[in-house]
Amino acid sequence: MSPLLRASGVSKAFGRTRALRDASVTIGAGEVVAVSGPSGAGKSTLLHCLAGILVPDAGEVHYGATRLDELDENARTRLRREAFGIVFQFGGLVPELTAAENVAVPLMFGGLSRAKAAEAAREWLERLGAGDCAPLRPGELSGGQVQRVAVARALAHGPEVVFADEPTGALDSVAGEEVLGSLLAEARGRGTAVVLVTHDNRVAAYADREIVVRDGVAAESPAVTR
Amino acid sequence: MSTPQILLALLAERPKHGYELKREHDQRLPGAKPLPYGQVYSTLARLERDGFVAVADVVQEGGPERTLYRLTSDGSERLRTWLAETEPPAPYVGAALFARVIMALVAGGDARAALDRQRAAHLERMRELNRAKTVPGASAAEVLAAEFALYHLDADLRWMELAVRRLTDLTEEMSR
Repeated sequence: MSPLLRASGVSKAFGRTRALRDASVTIGAGEVVAVSGPSGAGKSTLLHCLAGILVPDAGEVHYGATRLDELDENARTRLRREAFGIVFQFGGLVPELTAAENVAVPLMFGGLSRAKAAEAAREWLERLGAGDCAPLRPGELSGGQVQRVAVARALAHGPEVVFADEPTGALDSVAGEEVLGSLLAEARGRGTAVVLVTHDNRVAAYADREIVVRDGVAAESPAVTR
Repeated sequence: MSTPQILLALLAERPKHGYELKREHDQRLPGAKPLPYGQVYSTLARLERDGFVAVADVVQEGGPERTLYRLTSDGSERLRTWLAETEPPAPYVGAALFARVIMALVAGGDARAALDRQRAAHLERMRELNRAKTVPGASAAEVLAAEFALYHLDADLRWMELAVRRLTDLTEEMSR
């Protein structure tokens, strides 16, 4: 599998806390990888470094031929908007916009007309089983519906990789698995890679592979022998 | 497994022969190990000896003779009692896994690496179960059997995570 994302020797500290130490990981194109480990271990820091949200203190992050850690803020923002999709634990939707607008607005940033963006947003919400949510604002939606809208928003512009940070963390296990099932089915169908941060083993077991982060140290899980 | 009680329960519907019992056992408990024929017949023989089942009929339809067994009133009573009991809340892989970790420490092996390998093996099994339960057309019993295993494997993994964190304490304790 060709590497899509590659971090080597990545470290990040917040004040005196070393959140991530010398992390080297590779994500292949179209691969679904779980980043798991206990709370506060550095999972989200790794995800934020891979997604270009944070710039590491040391080490390199490559996205294809691009050195992500050397881009300036604007270039990283542009790259995130075009090539990445991001789903947070609590949706991260804009509360003043309807579900449809939340999905459509990023598409308009990407150059689609208002009408085309609205149409694409409706289709994506339908596909994720959230068609009824289109005219509603986030405050009027259940937790599961909010996450479906967030997944639609993350996938609608056709990203190469979706970063999902505890996407089911705020949901009960049934609603969580439904949202996760939709996200992974759509991503796998399109060959979109998914980096899935989770502390939930049942969620990690939906990924093809696991990277475990403990005390800021990331390790690929060992090969299974039987 | 409680094979004698399961056979009694399957016979509560109507008299059945050994092959039928085996087939229904495997169908209704998709998560369980298939029941070997030998065990069906040896279990039926013991149940008959103890008066819980009796021969209802011997039939021959083209093939070999088949003995139909039926539940006796003692058998019904035994079944009712079993259904009213609870399972002892016993750990799942607990004992074997725990022994392996402790013995790795005792023998100077790498307990951490053993736990990491075990985690990978558990997750691989959970991936298989996830695939099994999401396969189109999976029956409700198949989904529930997979979920049962998934929740138990998840519990093992949580215990293993705790063991990783407590490994230093454990090593100190062992060296005393």
